[in-house]
Amino acid sequence: MLRFIIRRLFQMVGVVLVLSFLLFMWLRSLPGGPVSAILGERATASRRQALEAALGLDQPIFVQYLKFLQRAIQGEFGISTQVLPGTDALEIFLMRLPATIELSFFAMLIAIPLAIPLGYFAARRRGSALDNTSIVVSLLGVAVPVFFTAFLLKYFFAIKWPIFPVSGRQSGDIDATRVTGFFVLDGILTREWDAAWDALMHLALPAIALATIPFAVIFRITRASVLDVLDEDYVRTAEAKGLTLRVIRSRHVLRNAMLPVTTIIGLQVGALLGGAVLTETVFSFPGIGQALAEAFRDKDYAVLQVLIMAAAAIFVLVNLLVDISYALIDPRVRAR
Amino acid sequence: MTDQHGTETPAPQRGRSYGERRKQRIDDLAAASVDEAPGVSLYASAWRRLRRNPVFLIGAGITLLFVILAVISPWLAPWDPAATPLLDKVRPQSNPVPGPEPGHPLGGDDRGRDLLSRLLVGSQQTLIVGVMATLLGFFGGITLGTLAGALGGWIDSVVMRIVDVLLSIPSLLLAISIAALSQKPSQWTVIVAIAVTQVPIFARLLRGSLLGQRVSDHVLAARALGVKPGAVVFRHMVPNSLGPVIVQATLVLATSIIDAAALSFLGLGNSDDRKPEWGQMLGRAQPFIYDNPHLAIYPAACIIVVALGFTLMGESLREALDPKSRR
Repeated sequence: MLRFIIRRLFQMVGVVLVLSFLLFMWLRSLPGGPVSAILGERATASRRQALEAALGLDQPIFVQYLKFLQRAIQGEFGISTQVLPGTDALEIFLMRLPATIELSFFAMLIAIPLAIPLGYFAARRRGSALDNTSIVVSLLGVAVPVFFTAFLLKYFFAIKWPIFPVSGRQSGDIDATRVTGFFVLDGILTREWDAAWDALMHLALPAIALATIPFAVIFRITRASVLDVLDEDYVRTAEAKGLTLRVIRSRHVLRNAMLPVTTIIGLQVGALLGGAVLTETVFSFPGIGQALAEAFRDKDYAVLQVLIMAAAAIFVLVNLLVDISYALIDPRVRAR
Repeated sequence: MTDQHGTETPAPQRGRSYGERRKQRIDDLAAASVDEAPGVSLYASAWRRLRRNPVFLIGAGITLLFVILAVISPWLAPWDPAATPLLDKVRPQSNPVPGPEPGHPLGGDDRGRDLLSRLLVGSQQTLIVGVMATLLGFFGGITLGTLAGALGGWIDSVVMRIVDVLLSIPSLLLAISIAALSQKPSQWTVIVAIAVTQVPIFARLLRGSLLGQRVSDHVLAARALGVKPGAVVFRHMVPNSLGPVIVQATLVLATSIIDAAALSFLGLGNSDDRKPEWGQMLGRAQPFIYDNPHLAIYPAACIIVVALGFTLMGESLREALDPKSRR
């Protein structure tokens, strides 16, 4: 097991290196080059020259790349020019991250408990009304753009019938104590129940909108995977032995069918980040997705750089964790 | 969703209850031990099943209708989509979006242009964006996948590492970063940005399929007969691998159209709106959305129907071409 983890860690280093190189090339090909990317387009000529020398842009390209790596490791990505002018880009990212984690967490909390049982029963009663209905719903989840789902939810449940708040993370008139940056958790930790409830109400609509993406995918994978497993010999053997349906379901079917589902849940983290850009924009929810949309619109390359690097790093890390948990569940994977 | 059983053998009754499922499985086993039906090619049997599959027919119908509409829409549209016949009805303060009236069944947009005509003609640009992005991604992916799968060795390692990294960046973020490289956003920025996100998908798919074939009998036979390596790859291996890649392309068309709409929504799309496009119309509707949601709902509905059409068609194609589902 340890050898497996070490091997995967080495592979991850390779991926991160290639990723950083791509990011380096991307930064070099931005309109105006890296200097504009860090200083913004309206910097004075003398500041530009000073930075060019400091960044070593007159040196060979591989030296430049190494310097870029050094700065990236030290967390120096430059100062924001537009999103929060004057603030360190890394700081903006760290400030916004809890909101997006909270949103993604609740989206998954909605999607997983719905998608897995539905996928299981749809496969079990293949061709039934339940099966067909859930397939249509999951197809709609794929075909309806997530920002449109978000808009519809906002239009009906926040504007037409004002049940939920329209935007933001918490109402301004609530005096909440900040502990972790996760507003719901903060409210529970400090026993400020009104603050926790208010944050939860703000989360509801964006989380439901965002949940449509992982719901559709997890449902389809669960259904397909359960269908595959139901046809396996060991399920027939279990049935022939006269085991109860409950034992067959938990030990033979679900445990095996969950393998591909675990992977796909990990892969969904990336899709969630992409979806967060759209839902956070619709609900003016101050997470990294909204920061990213703003950074792009206003050409704030320092912020853009941090966010893209961080998003990819998070995604790689989550996939490493998924691989490790996969190896824990399925001993066959370790041998490969 | 669809009938998985071939039509060669009488389709067994689909079991509903648990006990019936067991019975059916035993019947299936018995049927499998009987001599196989005379060989039918994968494509012939797939087509036979597709013809009777309502899911495929609906999907293909929507797709066909969409393509025809895109071609004939300039003649179908009652107004020029760039003309502004309702301009004098636009009141920026009180009534920014003219409502329906005789001759303009859906009303106008914020610049007094006929909404129905823009929706009709919009199908054209939407089709172009979807098809061009998919084609670019397709050929890019095929090139990389063939390089990796056919040559193997260190080239394979390098190409696949890059592909893995591209896959590791969430596709919308990747599209945004590509779009950030252009000075001025245009239709082509959107197309290229989306195509790049699809290259790794196609590359991985083709490479996997090529690797599987390298040791297969027909490739071995061709090699033994002295066929040149290039010809083995391009005449024997690639054509045999294209099936799943083409099915994937159908599915990717749907996501291309949706992603293009997302980019337009974020303001990264084409700013020149004389030629309407659904994603762009949806993006442009944002400021008026609370008083005039129909401005967003019509193009969104069009996108959803078309994306659903491509998805239904692609899914049923994939199921039909999957050898596992043949009985």
